[in-house]
Formats: sequence, structure tokens, C-alpha cells
Amino acid sequence: MIDLQLLALLLTPLLGGGLLAVFGSRRWAAELNALMSFLTFAASVALTLRVVEAGPQVAFGEQFFIDQFNVFLVALTAFIAFTTSLFSRPYMRVEQDHGRLSTPMLHLYYSMYQLFTFAMLVALSANNMGIVWVAMEAATLTTVLLVSLYRTPASLEAAWKYFILCGVGIALALFGTILLYFAAERVLGQGGTALLWTHLNEVKGELEPTVLKLAFIFLLVGYGTKIGLVPLHSWLPDAHAEGPTPVSAVLSGLLLNVALCAVMRSKVLVDGSLGTHFAGNLMMGFGLLSVVVAALFLSRQKDIKRMFAYSSIEHMGLITFAFGMGGKVATFAALLHMTVHSLTKSAIFFAVGHAVQKAGTQQMDNIRGMLQISPTVGWGLMLGTFAILGMPPFGVFASEFLIITTAMHDYPWTTPILLIALGMAFAAIFGKVQPMVFGETTAKPLPHPPALLPVFAHLLLVLILGLYMPPYLADWYRQAAALLG
Amino acid sequence: MSYTVQFINLLAAILLLISFAMLSQRRILSLINLFAWQGLVLSVSTFVVAYSTAQQHLYFSAALTLLLKVLVLPWLLHRLIRKLNVRWDVETLINIPATMLAGIALVIFAFNLAAPISQLAEGITRGLIGIALASVLLSLLMMLTRRKAVTQVVGFLAMENGLFFAATSATHGMPLVVELGIALDVLVATFIFGIFFFQIRETFDSLDITHMEKLKDD
Repeated sequence: MIDLQLLALLLTPLLGGGLLAVFGSRRWAAELNALMSFLTFAASVALTLRVVEAGPQVAFGEQFFIDQFNVFLVALTAFIAFTTSLFSRPYMRVEQDHGRLSTPMLHLYYSMYQLFTFAMLVALSANNMGIVWVAMEAATLTTVLLVSLYRTPASLEAAWKYFILCGVGIALALFGTILLYFAAERVLGQGGTALLWTHLNEVKGELEPTVLKLAFIFLLVGYGTKIGLVPLHSWLPDAHAEGPTPVSAVLSGLLLNVALCAVMRSKVLVDGSLGTHFAGNLMMGFGLLSVVVAALFLSRQKDIKRMFAYSSIEHMGLITFAFGMGGKVATFAALLHMTVHSLTKSAIFFAVGHAVQKAGTQQMDNIRGMLQISPTVGWGLMLGTFAILGMPPFGVFASEFLIITTAMHDYPWTTPILLIALGMAFAAIFGKVQPMVFGETTAKPLPHPPALLPVFAHLLLVLILGLYMPPYLADWYRQAAALLG
Repeated sequence: MSYTVQFINLLAAILLLISFAMLSQRRILSLINLFAWQGLVLSVSTFVVAYSTAQQHLYFSAALTLLLKVLVLPWLLHRLIRKLNVRWDVETLINIPATMLAGIALVIFAFNLAAPISQLAEGITRGLIGIALASVLLSLLMMLTRRKAVTQVVGFLAMENGLFFAATSATHGMPLVVELGIALDVLVATFIFGIFFFQIRETFDSLDITHMEKLKDD
């Protein structure tokens, strides 16, 4: 049963990729893309219900593994992939009308979009750490041509940087995986089971600590490049700013989470082997550095998508920091923050996409008075900004509050650093978004009405999570947090 | 020490030597040939490990290496540089002696890093993990010092070779499904790099990545 459900989840986007590789040039390709994404989302809901009911499961000869932690990311990924496909339908049509994209480019986009979803879902649900690696690399490969979709000099440069940096990063992660296998082989014996996370998790206390320590450093640096941790982040703002906006939304909202999931899986093993806070300390260090550096860079940005890319670095840093602190409350907060950040940041990118199309530029100085031309885009941008800056009553406030109070309790010296960084981020982003929303406008109306349902659906969810968390959802997060220790 | 051990050690030394040769090679064509040789050494060493440990699946990965890294990838790269007309290009490398010294420092660093692990390794492959890590780091250094798109990609692929050597020498090879997945990723990556070369040249009229250093935070 679980085999079939997982098969449905993984095969739908794969089939979608195949179908769109054939029919990607048709007029209804955007609708097909949305349909396949919806089916994937439906499959993820079925799988989630099953796991909530029956607990962790393995599938396909133990090569895949679903527990409360990754099923929540699977559901989130499938949901945002679906809403992004809704957003991209009118967005990409406008881009085509403006002559920035041709039909063959859209063909490539639709096909790769589905394959990218497939790669992320495999990376999330794979039990074999080797397959996790293969899927992470595949996720890079499917998006690299999307970043350069516009074929402008800047987008080519961004895509090349993305490809080379993430390629090198992920190669280091492979070395970490090899070291992990080396340690596991001595306990579990040669053959297939020594890379399976469930088996590793059972014997984590017997794994050789010196090897695991080194393995974790390589894994963290490798996958950390994809998370966008400072100082490995330099590809991230470029790729987000120069790629098409739907791609920025899924990179920021989803891919970073998937990489973080791989790191967390490794952290569980290393913690079990070492019995110390070594992995947590490393993650706290990288996380704190990312928050601070991103906050410093935020105020210097002129390009709106670049600014929100730096905001993603800041939030991923915060999540990494919270996971690094460990403990039930911090891990709970980190999981919640992962959810609300993904929802909010993709909503912001949707609103930003439409605002940029209306204003005809990504330069923030030239985007003015969005509220006047389109109240929905304007309010979407404003409310999204409020949410991402951690204003109550949005969910980001709740998770940031939990993270900071835990930090105050466990690591008091980090609290002022975090608070100052968050304050700087607030001043920088709010100060720049406010004139873009209010005031006189110069923007023109667009031929296709924007799809703003996803923006407000995401923000509504974030609002609900901030006001009232249903007990079963809280339970679910708690179970996932317990798995991560 | 048996003959197989000595032979594998010899191959490891050759692998490291080729990594150094690549670091200082200025001609693109020779660089690709060196890459093919490195693949051959890798394939032979995998074969010897397979023979001496009687691991059936390693024969398969030796054959896969031979096919992919000695035949297909070098052929693809040769085809690409012929089509791009950069076959006889010579890259100006600044300060080869300094690069070599940095390379030696990296090798020492790699051996130190791998020392605790090597002590745990059993059987014939003890100590090779240091060499594998060294060749990974040397390829990384090569990518850093190069300014041409094609040579950066060769560095990327050479890094993959080093990783593969680490996998066979430290662990008798990863499970087959993983190895196949990695091989597929590398192949697809090379194709995408190929597409990129044409896009880059079309846009910048050259394959020099110095043109592509405009995106910065000011």
C-alpha cells in the first residue's frame, strides 16, 4: 500500500516531465503543468494521511523511507510546487507577450519544472544516503538551465556560478557520503544496507566517531552550499535575481529546505555516534554567520529579487541555527519556521513577480505605488513583507519568538546578535518595500490578469499558523522534532 | 606486501601525478587527454581491487568507468572543442610554480586529514584515501586557477574521478544503484555544460569566464 502511494507521488511529476517534454509547446502546456502539480499534491496528501495514521514506513526494498519529518516536507514541497504552477501560468504568458521568452524556452521550462519537483521529492523520501545525493545533484541539473532561461549575459553568469559552485559543493557532500559509508561498512558489512538511513540510525552508536566527524564536515559544507549558508552563499542572490520568478520561488521556498533535510538526517547520525554537541555547534556557527551577513547585505540591495534572496539566506541561517541548538522546543520552532518561511517567501516572490512585470524593472527605485495600479499586488507585497519580517500575528513571529526565547535560555550570548540582525533586516526591507507599495505609480496594466490566489492562500495559512495551531498539527511537529532529537 | 597492493599503490601514485600534470597543463587538448588517462588509471585500479577482493560488482563499475570516463566523456569533450573551435587554445596561466607549491601543500593537508581514517582502513587499500582526497583538492585548485569555461569543466570532472577513487579505495565501491545514479548525473551534467558553452560563446563571443564577473554586490 505504502509502495503504491509513494509510487504515485514520485511517478506523477516524472510522468508530467515526460508529457511536457512532448507537449510543452502547446497552448495548454501551462494548464497541464498545473494539473500534474495538483495530482502530485493530491498524492502527497494521501501519503501524509497514511503516515500520520500508521507511523514511519519503508518502501521499495527499504530504499525509500517516510516518517513524520520528511512527510511534512513532502507535503509542503508538493503544495508550493502546485501553487507556483498556478502563479506561473499568467506570469509566463506575460513574459512571452513581452518577448522575453519564446515558445521553445517555455517548453523547456515546463518539462524541467516537473522533473525538478520529481528530484526534490526523491531527495526528501530516499532512505539511501547515496540516492539522496544523486537526487540533490539532479535537482541542480534540472534548475540550472532554468536560471539561464532568459539567455541574458547576467542570467548566463548566474547560472554558470550556480552550476559550478553547487557542483563543487555537492562533490564535497559526496565525499562525506563516502566517508559515512566507510564508517557504516565496518558495522553493517558490505552491500546495500550500509547506506540506508534507517539501518544507520539503528547502529549510530557504534559508528566510528572520528570518521563521522569528518564526514559531517564535508556533508555540511556540501549541502550547506545549496542551503545558501554564508560563506558558501554567493550563487544564491544571483540565481534568484536573474532566473524567472517562479524558479526563484521554488528555489527559495523548496530547494533550500530539501538540502537542509539532508543535513538534518546526517546530524542525527553524527549526534548518535559522537554523543557531543559537535554537529550542533557547527550548525549554530554557520547559521549565526548567515543571519548576520545577510542582514548586513540587505540594506545595500537595489534589485528587489536580490533583496528577498538575501532574506532567504537570513531565514535559512536562522533555521540552521535553531536546528543546531537542538532540543525539543528549538527543533519544533525550526520546523515551524521552515513551513512559514517557505509559504511566505514564495508568496512574496509571486507578488514581486507581478509587481516587476507591471513596473517593467527589478530596480526598487523605479517600482512605485503598486497599490494604485493594483491593490491586490500591492497588499500582497505589503502583507507578505509584514509576515516575513516577523510581525505578529503571522506565523513567522511565533517561530522566531520561540527560537529567540530558546536561544536566550540556552545560549544567552547569541540573543543580542540575533535581535540586532533581525532589527537591521526589518529596517532594510520595510524601508524599501513601503515606497514601492504606496505613493504615485508609473506602472502599466498587464494583458493577462495576475494569479493572486496563491499569494493570499499562502499568507492566510501563515496567519492561521500564527494565530492558532491545530492540536494535530502541533502533535505532528512534536513527533518530527522528537525524531530529530 | 603482495604484488596487488604494490600495483594499486603505483596506480594511486600515477593518479596523483596526473592531477599535478593537469594543474600545470596549458593546452586544452592535452588537458582532455590527461583526463582520459586519469580515467584509465581509475578503471584499472578498480579492476585490480575487484580482482583481489573478489567483489563482483566492482568489475561492473570498472567497466562503467572505462566506458564513461575513458571513452564517452573525452569523446564528448573532443567533439565540443572541435565544434567550438578552441581545440588549439592555450591558456595563460599565471605563476605555475606557485600553483604547484600550493598543490603540494594541499597534498600534505589531505594526508593529515585522512590519517585517522587510514588507520581504520583494513586490507589492501589502506592509505589510499589520502591520495584520493588530495586529487579531489587538486582538481578544486585547478578549477579556481582557470579562467576558461572548458578547463573548469575538465577540473569538475577530474574531481569526480578523485571521488570515485575514494569510493573504491576506502569502501570497495558504493552500492551499484548509487554508482549508476552518479554516472548518470555526471553524463547529464556534461551535456548541460556543453549547452552552456554554446550559450556563453553566443552571448560573450568567447569562452573566457572573465567576462562573467559582473554580478557583484556593490
